[in-house]
Amino acid sequence: MNLVVKALGWLGSWLLEIFQSAGEFAFMIRSTAMWLSRAPVEWDQVTIQMMRIGVESLPVSAMTSFFTGMVLALQSGASSKHFFNEPLFVGTVVSFAMVMELGPVMTSLVVSGRAGAAIAAELGTMKVTEQVDALYTLGTDPNRYLVIPRVLAFLFVLPFLAVVSDFTGIGGGYVVASIKHHIPANVYWHDIIDNMELKHFFHGYLKNYVFALAISFICCYKGVTTHGGAEGVGKATTAAVVLSMVSVLILDYFVTAVLVALGIT
Amino acid sequence: MIDAVGVKKRYGSRPILRGVDIVVENGETLVIIGGSGCGKSTFLKCVIGLVHPDEGSIMVDGMDITKLAHETDIAQYRRRFGYLFQEAALFDSLTVWENVTFGLRYLTDIPTHKFRQVARDKLALVGLKDVEDFKPSELSGGMKKRVALARAIAAEPSYILYDEPTTGLDPIMSDVINDLILELQKQLKITSIVVTHDMKSAYKVGSRIAMLHEGRVLGVAHPEVIRISTNPYIRQFVDGLSHGPIKMRLKEFEADPVGAKVNGKA
Repeated sequence: MNLVVKALGWLGSWLLEIFQSAGEFAFMIRSTAMWLSRAPVEWDQVTIQMMRIGVESLPVSAMTSFFTGMVLALQSGASSKHFFNEPLFVGTVVSFAMVMELGPVMTSLVVSGRAGAAIAAELGTMKVTEQVDALYTLGTDPNRYLVIPRVLAFLFVLPFLAVVSDFTGIGGGYVVASIKHHIPANVYWHDIIDNMELKHFFHGYLKNYVFALAISFICCYKGVTTHGGAEGVGKATTAAVVLSMVSVLILDYFVTAVLVALGIT
Repeated sequence: MIDAVGVKKRYGSRPILRGVDIVVENGETLVIIGGSGCGKSTFLKCVIGLVHPDEGSIMVDGMDITKLAHETDIAQYRRRFGYLFQEAALFDSLTVWENVTFGLRYLTDIPTHKFRQVARDKLALVGLKDVEDFKPSELSGGMKKRVALARAIAAEPSYILYDEPTTGLDPIMSDVINDLILELQKQLKITSIVVTHDMKSAYKVGSRIAMLHEGRVLGVAHPEVIRISTNPYIRQFVDGLSHGPIKMRLKEFEADPVGAKVNGKA
């Protein structure tokens, strides 16, 4: 009996914690929207964040996509050879996979791990050293000064990074298609151009905006609600990265479902 | 004037403030003393609106700040305050002059091209020169406190709240900070609340001293009256003794308020 009561108590406090966090998260989004509509945007901060999130993530994001494209070309070429005795539609497979799915998702995962972690750690450190409270006493608000610039920077930069990833992935696919499967360049590119339509591009492109909002809000939220000193910063950073990565993968399904329902596929 | 009546705050099941009644007259420096965890800093954060009390009222210049619900109203209210944080809370990524002038663009109409000069002037007021382009990580603890003080007074607030201004400083630097508080008080005629457990500092800067214990005010009096107080709680604290009613209570983990019997008997 005691064990049941203990288990129920534990479940209750766990649920309370989840609902409290959900409430705080929703409140942060509402407050961010309110400051966005009422106060000028800190564009200098947006620029700094765009540099940090975008420029500094570009090499790792591009390299990851390049190798992903190479793997796709290697696998699709080998499978095609197995069934049809020659590597067919390698360019089509690589480009569709990269543009509609892997470009946005891989980029979001890489940026979550790199820039998202940096945001949570920076804001978490600011929180535990009272710098976030100092913002309130100096006439501004953390949602205005810290959250809005990071959310906007993510919205501006993530789609750009994903498009670059699309191209580098397709480029990586071409390298393997050419060297490993001996596919001529014109065949590889025609496989792409003949089958790819603008709506396929938008299918992947629109996902980036949802991922950008999810990653930036989650990492900022985990940062500004950090407590418990250095250990708390570590925990908040880990939680921010895990939550944002899982959110990207879950949201990916639902956004894809909506896009499919709207015929953007 | 700040008039706090019956201010209560609890974090989860733990009561921090159990009904604080404090009046701060215009132009005075009220020092709040008390042991670690007695609710001094929480009270200070209630006054500036960083923490919302569960019960009670805090009237500032006739306005009850506990009734302010909208974020923009609270932000507007905070304009009249400067706040010195315990660990200075300077922004690591900004230089000293950017830290000092950070609030000016939100709190004043001073054009940005004058910010550097304002920073120089405020830094001179706290006794610093030629440090404008340093980063906070390049400063000593005492210098950080001075820069934080310059930042707190930059927008010329009506009130300054000091959260343990001398903590972590050597005795000489502590006295320098005390002198600065007195000097600013004289020059700017600001109403101040100083939270500290440094009795030397309390005697030196305070117009009156209030002792907080287990979330209640044990007594408020002139520093000289506090110095000769016979109240056993105040006596134990100001003398810094490990034996006495405060220690006993902490050991027993008793929840009952201890201030009831001694309240106001400074």
